[in-house]
Amino acid sequence: MDSTIVILAICDGISYAALVFLVSVGLSLIFGVLRIVNVAHGSLYAYGAYMAATLSLLVAPISPWLTFPALLVASVLVGAIVGGLMERFLLRPVYHLEEVLQLLITFAVFMIMDNLQRMIWGVQPIFAAEPVKLLPNISILGVNYTSYQVLLLPLVAVITLFGLRYFLRYTLAGSIIMAVTEDREAATAIGIDARRVFLITFIIGASLAALGGALASPTTSLVPGMGTDMIVLSFAVAATAGLGQIEGAAVTALMIGLARAFIIYIQPELEVLVPYLIMMLVLLIRPMGLFGVNRVRKI
Amino acid sequence: MMRSITRLGVAAVAAALLALPAQAQDKPKELKIGIATFLSGPASVFGVPAKAAAEMIAEDLNKKGGIGGVPVSVSFIDEGAGGEALVSNYRRMVQDEKVDVTFAAISSGSCGQIAPLAEDLKMLNLMWDCGASSILEAKKYRYNFRSQANGTPEMLAVLVYLLKTKPDFKTIAVVNQDYAWGRESWEIFSTALKVMKPDVKVVAELFPKFGAPDFSTEVSRLLALKPDVVLTTSWGGDLDTLVRQAGQRGLLQQSAFVLGIGESSMQRLGKDLPDGLIIGARGDHWFLHPEMKNDAAFKAFNEAFKAKTGSWPIYSVYHMQQAFSAYQGAVEKALKANGGKWPTREQVIDAAEGLEFKGWGRGVSLRPEDHQGLESQLVGVSKTAPGYDFKVLDDMMIFEPKSITTPAGMKSVDWLKTLSPDFVKMNVPTFKHGG
Repeated sequence: MDSTIVILAICDGISYAALVFLVSVGLSLIFGVLRIVNVAHGSLYAYGAYMAATLSLLVAPISPWLTFPALLVASVLVGAIVGGLMERFLLRPVYHLEEVLQLLITFAVFMIMDNLQRMIWGVQPIFAAEPVKLLPNISILGVNYTSYQVLLLPLVAVITLFGLRYFLRYTLAGSIIMAVTEDREAATAIGIDARRVFLITFIIGASLAALGGALASPTTSLVPGMGTDMIVLSFAVAATAGLGQIEGAAVTALMIGLARAFIIYIQPELEVLVPYLIMMLVLLIRPMGLFGVNRVRKI
Repeated sequence: MMRSITRLGVAAVAAALLALPAQAQDKPKELKIGIATFLSGPASVFGVPAKAAAEMIAEDLNKKGGIGGVPVSVSFIDEGAGGEALVSNYRRMVQDEKVDVTFAAISSGSCGQIAPLAEDLKMLNLMWDCGASSILEAKKYRYNFRSQANGTPEMLAVLVYLLKTKPDFKTIAVVNQDYAWGRESWEIFSTALKVMKPDVKVVAELFPKFGAPDFSTEVSRLLALKPDVVLTTSWGGDLDTLVRQAGQRGLLQQSAFVLGIGESSMQRLGKDLPDGLIIGARGDHWFLHPEMKNDAAFKAFNEAFKAKTGSWPIYSVYHMQQAFSAYQGAVEKALKANGGKWPTREQVIDAAEGLEFKGWGRGVSLRPEDHQGLESQLVGVSKTAPGYDFKVLDDMMIFEPKSITTPAGMKSVDWLKTLSPDFVKMNVPTFKHGG
């Protein structure tokens, strides 16, 4: 394999991994704290994308540069409103139920949100590429890349990773979340409102999924069913990393992104298989995931 | 004696009852049309506009007195529900709703499931949009017809256009969706390419996942390979994403792009679609059809559709019109053949064989041997035009169906192998936009 292909595949892999990480880290965070596998996470990704496109198309005529804050605003709106309502009214009543029932309920929520999305935004593909067009292309070994994809997306992913680490380890709110994760009963006994912690965590996780969608929206067509693909891939990343593992999600997303990119250059037929092949191999050897450990702190 | 008379009477009544369906069918109060289309999932980009068209066409037909004086009604089932659900819904539509005809379906997978079922149920089915040529090549049906062309003439027209307009290319790459249509369309295209221009080298065959949100790696690879031509028969959001990502990174400027069925994406892509891309239309479907654009009824239909949906019609809308025209034509032909009495379903089917009808393009005929629709193909290049905020088609060629459709009784791939480089020399008229 020549060095050109290696460098190009690394650029492609990093850009893809950044988006996958943003979505899967939200899923992992929610599982780590709430112990719920949220199938509707894919819907939050799709809603983030659609909301970002809607806001971008709205503000672009005023100034195209406003589309950048629009991406962030869309993520927060979807995370806080859709995520908040979902946790408060759909998930909170089922925390005491068996995991399989919780899974089925989040699946039902996913289906409902998918249909709602069709009612709100229709079925025709939507595209709002303004942010990509505003940033210049860069040439790597004679091949053009958009700096949005090779620079901005990885940068946001890295900031998110370190921001999340800092928040959870060095802030009071983060420590409270860690305490609830570690031992909910003990945390409640010392006066921590666990329900509030769940709500905040879910909103953060939902906002991350929505941020993934919002950042993807300038590069891809928004179509019905876009959340389905992303949730399947996010599960693969989260399971490979070990559910609840934030740094693990970053490493696994990078691994899957790079493997996918290399395989497109070498043996494109296997592209679809790669993430799941990696997941299968990892889980066969380490059923708790690459970074998962038994009975230790999950975040 | 009494016993003999009784026997004679019973025999006469029985004979009369048996003869009844063939002689006189009561004129129905309504003709029920059951339609399978995508109302959900990615292919709803075709299915939802086609549903809107079906409702418009039925309403318009009823204003004009219906078919043979009988009003029509339409009902829909969602192909997006998939395999088992689709089959159950189709059966329910036929057996419970008692529809008179079905138009099914968009996906070749759906057609493959429904065609044998329609045959079992003795239900007249017009395959109104599915493109796999193999469906009518592998088996002979009585109750199934295809009211439009199939993938072979669609791809062949695009290839001949490419070879006529860019005869000197040496390398080609393909980026198709990884499912039946993506694979089959490439098989048709590449088989014909090998016999018509054997010196062309295929430098990459990329089949990204259906519904893939990102083609960055494929674009990088193509930028590095620098093929003279890139073919894609992708559609919907996949095609929009590929074209935009390729455009953002200069690939559309580096290689000549061929969008096999790109007509349906042109309005959505707007100015992101550069000039000069070769675009096919799955038939001679274009809302500015060079031979139809001044037809008052065609213009009125297009404008009514635009007013209803906010977009100009795309090929699936015109395919829906063809299904209605085919059914109307068959019923009216059978009525005439039956001396004005309402025909049975079998008589309608007999009338459909060899039927010639007109949609919103050149005439279409239903080949009697295999029930395959013979439909012209329009291919052109994208061009900026005043008055439109998206690119239009220019330098359009309209291919006659008889020269580019697999002969009845042959398999497409076998027929394509019999072609030669001289095939490209066929005479095809070219039309300018606005000309």
